[in-house]
Formats: sequence, structure tokens, C-alpha cells
Amino acid sequence: MSITLHVNGRAALVAADPTTPLLDVLRNTLDLKGSRYGCGLEQCGSCMVLVDGEPVYACSREVGTVAGKRIETVESLADHPLRQAFLDEQAGQCGYCLSGILISAKALLDRTPRPTRAQIVAALDKHLCRCGTQSRIIRAVERAGAHMAEGASR
Amino acid sequence: MSATTLPLSFTTNPSPARWLRFDPDRTVHVAVGKVEIGQGIVTALAQIAAEELDVTLDAIRILSGDTDAAPDEGSTTSSLSIEVGGTSLRLIAAEVRARMLDRLAQRLNCAPGDITVTDGAFFRGTEPTGQDYWSLAPEVDLARAADGGATPKPVAAYRIVGQSVPRRDLPAKLGAGAFIHDMVRPDLLHARILRQPSRGARLAALDEAAIRRAAGGEIRIVRRGNFVAFLSADETIAQRAGAAAPAHARWENLRALTPAQQEAAWLIGQPADDRVIGDPLPAAAGEVVEARYSRPYIAHASIAPSCALAESRGGHLSVWSHTQGVYPLRNGLAKVLARPVETISVHHAQGAGCYGHNGADDAALDAALIAQEVPDHCIRVQWRREEEFGYEPLGSAMAITLRAVVNAEGLPIDWTAEVWSGSHVQRPAMGGNMLAHEALEVPAPDPRPTDPTEAAGGGGTRNAIPHYEIPARRVLHHLVPGAPVRTSALRGLGAVANVFALEGFMDELAARAGADPVAYRLSLLANRPRAAAVIARAGAMAGWAGRGPGGSGRGLGIGFAQYKNRSAYAAVVAEVEVDQEVRLKRVWCAADAGLVVNPDGARNQLEGGILQAASFALKEQITFDATGVSSVDWASYPILRFTEVPEIACELIEAKEERSLGVGECTLGPTAAAIGNAVAHALGARIRDMPLTRERIAAVLLGG
Ligand code: FES
Ligand code: FES
Repeated sequence: MSITLHVNGRAALVAADPTTPLLDVLRNTLDLKGSRYGCGLEQCGSCMVLVDGEPVYACSREVGTVAGKRIETVESLADHPLRQAFLDEQAGQCGYCLSGILISAKALLDRTPRPTRAQIVAALDKHLCRCGTQSRIIRAVERAGAHMAEGASR
Repeated sequence: MSATTLPLSFTTNPSPARWLRFDPDRTVHVAVGKVEIGQGIVTALAQIAAEELDVTLDAIRILSGDTDAAPDEGSTTSSLSIEVGGTSLRLIAAEVRARMLDRLAQRLNCAPGDITVTDGAFFRGTEPTGQDYWSLAPEVDLARAADGGATPKPVAAYRIVGQSVPRRDLPAKLGAGAFIHDMVRPDLLHARILRQPSRGARLAALDEAAIRRAAGGEIRIVRRGNFVAFLSADETIAQRAGAAAPAHARWENLRALTPAQQEAAWLIGQPADDRVIGDPLPAAAGEVVEARYSRPYIAHASIAPSCALAESRGGHLSVWSHTQGVYPLRNGLAKVLARPVETISVHHAQGAGCYGHNGADDAALDAALIAQEVPDHCIRVQWRREEEFGYEPLGSAMAITLRAVVNAEGLPIDWTAEVWSGSHVQRPAMGGNMLAHEALEVPAPDPRPTDPTEAAGGGGTRNAIPHYEIPARRVLHHLVPGAPVRTSALRGLGAVANVFALEGFMDELAARAGADPVAYRLSLLANRPRAAAVIARAGAMAGWAGRGPGGSGRGLGIGFAQYKNRSAYAAVVAEVEVDQEVRLKRVWCAADAGLVVNPDGARNQLEGGILQAASFALKEQITFDATGVSSVDWASYPILRFTEVPEIACELIEAKEERSLGVGECTLGPTAAAIGNAVAHALGARIRDMPLTRERIAAVLLGG
């Protein structure tokens, strides 16, 4: 079956069984490897993508349900202030959890430009980081928020 | 450096050509055997090479972990990558620089000492010589073995080592393609495995038709004895087959586990290899204080499931793995597959953080076995989450009884730690098996569980001997070979539980003596200034002097250790609030790791160790039922979450003139202990078993 997906601002026609996990289509059909598999169980957040601006678990979301919707993956964040903020804070150890976390952070900043620490941890609580990089990640999101607010007020 | 003190990586690979090459694009190709496992080693090694050669950091290109193209440095373990790998690379680079300067001095008819190096170019005084490493390289023999005689730069002259530099691998990890999981090669087939539930189990029946139906597309089934793999060019189909398979397999000769076996106490009284380490018995006479502590089985719980790629083409087997050691893995594969090592190449590719011996090597054997059966394809094996939790080697449970003889001042004069534990290292090279080997037609012999030697820092005994000045100290070690699950190296090995126990017991002894915990510790460290310094510093950072009385629901606790009693020093103070459960509010840490190559990278490791240990201390326990490990997902094996993360402050104490000490593991024991002590302070009663759960808090509160 053919399904039209709108990923990172581009339309793509993919042939896939509509029950295929969105994550598999992104990674293997569209070669967007930034979204990662961690559990397939909606428990770790490694696979997080935005669908119409909302964070969703791509590991369990069936591709047939997102036809025509706006999908954003970490590949779309190459120029986002979050990226530089994560580099500035050196917020990463193994880094496997980061692409999903960037996605939830983006959704948070879209809605709440200068989030508090409490808002950040609440927004990221779906995400696990086994390396224990959380405090740096929190700082990086704070930094990106501050940077964006500065940019907006200029 | 005398030959006897040369590091192993150097003596095994004394030819500089094995390590360094000057490429035409004015870069330096540096090949190393230590690998990136999220700890930032590649960045730190690049700093060391750039420093010693006096080239820019950007000129260094690192290749790490490759049996075709990088030196054999064994495994990346025990916080030794900087201590051994870094020291070796420094000596090699110093040798290369010296040979280059010798050659140029000959040409210019001057002394090597007259030549200086800036950004890889050679100057005589301030005059450019027109020569650099790259122009001179063709004339200099780098293959000839080095003897370690070249003198590295003095520390005072360092300008790159000791600076915080950004991690080289991080940019890629904020995007796509950084991990082994993302590799794509020609003729790729995805594979999932049906795991043998326990050693010796026989696959009596497999409903292949039902599995094919569940897969929803064409699959190929590869079977070797009790090892079964499902292959498809479509990952979704392979995954569906793998997920469905356990329900359609009937096994015989299963070994059931019981919930009682998941507790550390089960180990006590099991047949064991017993040893006494340290000062001989009998213990000194006097008043005896005793307490028992424990930690359960815990998981590495890497955030990514294990993955490997393998392909057999033209009789050569190429394997990609996130293993900690490409050479040991190649040896292991050669043994199981009964083929010469020369016919196998192992290339390291990055996985998620592993924190020790997880499923990486097992997945590599899975892929290699399938590749042998299905040549001319690239076989990509990825474990399922349930498989990762259910079959990775676990960190052993430990029960620890501490016995101190105290003098009239309440200070210990004799200390015995009695430790019951499974093995802490069952790597394939050390008596362990790779999982699929046990499922083959001719299965692997039973593993021979051992433990690292004391010279290597011990396993179950790691940090069981207190660093404190106590006249007699010993360990009675009971290594239980019949632990109910496969156990192996997990970050810190026995040190996490041993430090949790010994530092908890120190607080108990201090309380008995009516002393402040920090002052009590310092009184036992009069001749150990580096230890005393980190404790005093962490105390000052945390405002220890203002610590209130116990039992208020708010607690401040300290923990200290010198990792392996010979590596980095770390003291950690934790602040908690406890009602029904523990809320970890703040953590302060002071560490002394000698010369620190990349301070920000080191702090990142200290912080990571703190949060992982907090997770161990507060939340983690593997559970068993008749089918085996029953905590097979993140719901049944919860770890620390964002909303539970404390504020952290870490300081490195300047010790540039001291040798570099690894920092990956030094904060874990002290953090677990600090939390245990803070909870005891908050409650006015002590929990001696990890994890410090809601149920255990309720039990002490009820027990009063
Ligand atoms: S992979 Fe989707 S939540 Fe873990
Ligand atoms: S950085 Fe490794 S899991 Fe988050």
C-alpha cells in the first residue's frame, strides 16, 4: 500500500504495510537514522518524533495513522539552537538517548519559550538516559530557551 | 620509564608505526585499541597525541578498535584507558617526535634540542626550517620498536592536555548515523534470535508455520542446534518473527529460577571458593561490632539493545561490534567457530553506553554464526529489549558482613569484610561463554567462574579493604560459582556494594563513638592526605558543618573511596528528603584523579557515575521467576528518571604532577554510600540493603 508522509517539510510516497511502525519506515525506508530504537515499548523515548507538533513514540505508532500528518525528526533540528546548546553544555555521554530528547525539548520550547527546570524535567520525563547525563541535558535546554528568548527580544 | 613500569599497551605494541602515521592531507592518523563507550576516550587520546607531537588537535584523526588496523590493547575496562592506553600513546608519540628531531638535526648538523615544533612544523630557534612531520616522514623509520626511552614533555609545558575540549563524537550523536545500529551495508539481512532460555535447554519443538504467519512476510530460518535465527531483508518482518518465536517454541531440560534466588542472602551457604586476603586471622581481641549489608543483581541496561553486523565473503569473516575489545572478541569467535584468527576481522562501531560486559560480544557471535550459514550477505543482528534484559550478563548480587574490633576511643583496630558474591568477570577470554556457544550442537563447556586477581583490583573483593588506617584489615571472600544467572563486569564491579557497606558501617561506628562522620573518617586518614582532602572538600561544598540532628526527615550523608584502593579518590555528599520514599535533592562531589586530560570530560564521567549509582541505590533490582529473569522491560526494571535527578556539583582537585587516574567508576561506590548514609540520617534508622525502596523505608519506620 502507498502512503504519503510529510517528513521534515518534504512529501514522500512510501510503499508499506500500514501497520508497520513509523520508526521502521523512517529508519529503513527513508534512511532517516536519527530516530533510534531502544525498547519498542513506549518506555524509553529513544524513538521520539513530532507528529503535528506533538511528541509521539515512533516505535509503536503505525505508519498508516500518520499519513498526511506533519512529521518532524531530529534531522530537522540541524540549525535549531538546541543543537548548539547541547554542544555548549557538552550534554551527552554515549548520546544514544539524545535524538529523542531533542525532539521533546523542541516541542517544549515551541510551547514554552523560557521553561523552568520543573517544566523541563516534566517534559523530558518520558525519556530515559542510562549514562546519567540528565543534569547537563537540563542545562542545555535552559540555555537554548535563554538563547531563543534573547533572539526574540532583539 | 624503566622497562618494568612500561604500560601493557606499549609493550604489546612497541612499533610506533602501529599507532601513528602522517597522512598527505597534513593530518596524523592515530590508531588505538581502546574504544569509545560514551566515556570520551577518543577525545582525550587525541589531546594526548596532539600535545606530545605539538600539532593542532584538529590534525589528529583517530581510528579506534580494529583488528586490521589498530594495535591490540585488550579490552576497554576498569577505568584504565587513560592510565594504560593514554600513557602508552604518550610514550609512542614522544618517541616519534624524538626520531623526527634526530633525523632533522642530522640533516641540519645541529643538536635535536635546537629544534622546536609548532603546529607540526620544525623551527631552528625562531627560523623556519621548511620541514614538518609530513615532509620528513618518508625518511624516518617508525616501524622499529620503541623502548620507552623517549622523554615525554614536562607537564608544566602542556597546553592541550589539561584543557576542557569538546567531545569529538558528540556532534554526530545529535543527528543521524553515529551508531552501529545505523550501519547499512550491501545485501543486508536483518536477524532476530530465539534465545535458549537456559544453559542445557533443548528445543523440543518449534512451530515454524506459526512464526512465519506472525512475521507477516517471507523469512528465512537458520538453525544450529538450539540456536535459531529469523532473517528478512525487512526489519519489521524479522522483528515480528523474533517477538513471536518464544511463544511457539517448546523447550526441555529448562532450569527454573525462584524469587528467593534473586536476593543476595541466597548466596550465603552456597558452595563457594573461599579465600582470605589481607592480614591473617585471628582478628584482634576486643569489643566486636558487626553488620550485614547487601546489593541485589543489577543490569547494565544499556539504552540501546545489543547489535552486531557480520558478513562472510570469499572465506573471510568481517564483524562489526560495540564490544569493549576487538582482539579478545576475535579470539573468542575464532575458538567457537573453529577457524584461524587471520580469517576474521573485528571492527569497533559505537553502541550506547555499556558500563561493562553486556550483550555486545554475544550479539557479535550471533551475527557471525548466521553469516557463516548465509555467506555473501551482511547479517545485522539486533536484540529485542526483552532479550537484552533477559540475557545480558548481570552485575552480581553481594552480601557483605562487616566485623570491626574497636578500641576504647571507638576506633576500629581490626576490620574483617566477609563477602559472598558471584563472579564479576566472565568475559569469554576469562572463563565465560558467549551465549550462542552454549546453544550449538556441541555446546560450550560449563563456564568456570573466576574473579579478577587482586593485582587487577579484585572483583567481589574490590574496595572491600578500607582505605582507612586500621592496624589489621582483611577480606574473607566466598566466590559462589553456582550463581543462578550469568554474571560479569558491571561498572565498579564489587566496589559499589563494598563501598556502600563499608562507608555505611563507618557511619555506624562513628555514631557509636559519638563522633561526627566526617571528623571520624579524617581521624583515620592522618597519613593519607589526598583522601582527607577530597573528604574535607566535599564536606565544605555541602555545608557539612550545618548538618542538623538525625531523624528529621532530611538527611546529609557522606561516602568516600579511592577506587580499587589505587586509582582516583572521590568523596560524595548527598542530601535527601525521606517520607514514604527517598527524594535525592542535591549531590556534591570532590575528586582527585591526578593529571586530568580533559577536565570537562572527567566531570561528565563523575556526574554520570553519580546518577547511575543513585539509580542503583534507590531503584534497581533484577527479579526472577520460574521462566528466568522476569524484569525484562523498563516498567519492571525502573531506573532514575528526569524528575528524580538531583542538582549536582563536582570539583576536581588540582593534582597535575600526579599520574592520571581513570574517573569512570570512582564516584559509584561513594554515591551509593552517601545516599545510604543520608537516608539513615534522615530516618534515624539504617537500611543496609540496596535498593532503598519504599517497602524498606516502611519496614524500618514500622520496626522503629
Ligand atoms: S523505542 Fe520507542 S519508547 Fe523506547
Ligand atoms: S547519554 Fe547515554 S543514554 Fe543518555
